[in-house]
Amino acid sequence: MENQKQVRVMTGNEACAEGAIVAGCRFFAGYPITPSSEIAEILSYLLPKVGGKFIQMEDEIASMGAIIGGSLAGAKAMTATSGPGFSLKQENLGYASLAEVPCVVVDVMRGGPSTGLPTLPSQGDIMQTRWGTHGDHPIIVLMPSGVREVFELTVRAFNLAERYRVPVVLLMDEIIAHVSEKVTLPDVSELEIVERTKPTIPPEEFLPYQMTESDIPPFVSFGEGYRYHVTGLVHDETGFPTNNNEEINRFLNRLNRKVIRYKDEIIELENEKDEGARIGIFSFGSTSRSARQAIAMARDKGIKIHSIRTKVIWPFPDEQILEMAENVDYIIVPELNFGQVAHEVEWASRGKCEVIKINRVDGEPINPLQILETIEKLASK
Amino acid sequence: MFNYEKYLRMDKLPLIWCAGCGDGIVLKSMLRAIDRTGLSKDEIAMVSGIGCSSRLTGYVDFNTLHTTHGRAIAYATGIKMVKPEMTVIVVTGDGDATAIGGNHYIHAARRNIDLTVILFNNHIYGMTGGQVSPTTPGGFFASTAPYGNQDNAFNISGLAQAAGASFVARGTVYDAVKLDRMIEKAILKKGFSVVEVMTPCPTAFGRRNRLGNGAKMIMDLKKVSVSVEKAAKMEVEELNDKIVTGILMDVDKPEYTERYLKLMEKLQNQSK
Repeated sequence: MENQKQVRVMTGNEACAEGAIVAGCRFFAGYPITPSSEIAEILSYLLPKVGGKFIQMEDEIASMGAIIGGSLAGAKAMTATSGPGFSLKQENLGYASLAEVPCVVVDVMRGGPSTGLPTLPSQGDIMQTRWGTHGDHPIIVLMPSGVREVFELTVRAFNLAERYRVPVVLLMDEIIAHVSEKVTLPDVSELEIVERTKPTIPPEEFLPYQMTESDIPPFVSFGEGYRYHVTGLVHDETGFPTNNNEEINRFLNRLNRKVIRYKDEIIELENEKDEGARIGIFSFGSTSRSARQAIAMARDKGIKIHSIRTKVIWPFPDEQILEMAENVDYIIVPELNFGQVAHEVEWASRGKCEVIKINRVDGEPINPLQILETIEKLASK
Repeated sequence: MFNYEKYLRMDKLPLIWCAGCGDGIVLKSMLRAIDRTGLSKDEIAMVSGIGCSSRLTGYVDFNTLHTTHGRAIAYATGIKMVKPEMTVIVVTGDGDATAIGGNHYIHAARRNIDLTVILFNNHIYGMTGGQVSPTTPGGFFASTAPYGNQDNAFNISGLAQAAGASFVARGTVYDAVKLDRMIEKAILKKGFSVVEVMTPCPTAFGRRNRLGNGAKMIMDLKKVSVSVEKAAKMEVEELNDKIVTGILMDVDKPEYTERYLKLMEKLQNQSK
């Protein structure tokens, strides 16, 4: 990787694999599944060349387990999958969340449920990324809308995982994964790369799940002289299981607070508001490309729009949506599902405006004209 | 007198295991074996799944990881890949390793990755209350086999041998001295190694099948045990209902992480 801006033609899956290398990913465990397999293929080629390790595991569950083990042993670790595989990973994803093991899981969405539409795009896993594993838990989910953004957000996914000790899902869809785009990759030497916070205290004073002011305990890898216990059971600061009500409350509150309290640092979005706009659009992932085109056409026709395009879907940017809802009559939510995010927007907008769904589930992207038609209809009301 | 306290997290005692359970004997045998290897506590990662035996990781002063049900070998694979210099020991049970985790068990053997699996075989799901396991013998009773088990039982050691392990041994808690040696050899072996330990569960298996208390069940292990050397001279029919103990397999072949490290070295030299 040269320390200068590179102009490339590449797909989202390629950008993801290369972004992972730049972010410092040195362990990948995966299992083949369309439309994510290229990420594993490319990393099987690249990782051993840069001192990293690749392993194709026997199944999706094992891949998720292996990256948790790999991360605990000291490597930034990643796996990549699609809907059916993402379903299989849920139990161990919850483990990473509870045991606070940083890792990155790429989910390239295809049509579901079940085997569904393996080669066609969808945004049907958005709710699963939030609530797929059982129990209340923290998670961060990023949704790139183009190839360059895949690269940037892959790097960011590792940074967030390491900073907050939380699993991060990079949520792409088949369009973003397979589209080839000309991209100018950022100068690698200028990128921020986050490394683990190491404890500064001697091993005998080390508490692996210490309540700290930041709510994020310092993290140390296995084999570095700090022997400690990691479990999927609810545990106290020492890492050992507890049934004490106070300890349980303290732990689960800290765990879930961790992402919520840093929401403002985590959420990244584009907020473009035409003064006096009555129509809002909230978009994410590949559908924001259709939205962008529709917004441009609407503006050409003199229609004012307030657009929020988010790169982070969880934690949910509810405050920004409420602010928009207070100033517009409608918020349009185009998505490749039956309205998973529209329901969140309805909750976030607290009845201040009407939420208009545009949905498509037949394996094709939403046509910008369909969005434009809705905009024009609402503008004429 | 062996100093167990060197390896135990004394503040976590007493153990959760029932009176008469054999798991404590395996724990002590394992600690003696580890001591003989001369490995430091920092060099060892011990990984377990879910079940009675898997609670062991909470009691020992290593880098310990208590994972999800059946997945200990998958997590351990990640540790070994990233830090091949560590000694990675997996503690698991018959249900954990050969039912829900059976796929990981055979594939780790196929790869011949340098993990040591200490597999506690008590023929039952103890922690959840005595349900039938893949090693419950036919006809025996379990909470989910109220009319007697209709299934066939797995030969756990045979499975590892067939799948490509380097070292496979079977011991019992009756003969703990032999068990020490088996575990020591398994840990020092480069490659995938398994020690299947027959250990009684008087609470969830013995009582329902009228096998007596823990002590009686341990003595019965002695009666049915046949050394691998002796078994070689016996007819197959004579070995029905017997437990063949000893080192069942010990071969040298390329280990997975060593092969990968060589590949990395080659590729990195090429790019220089």
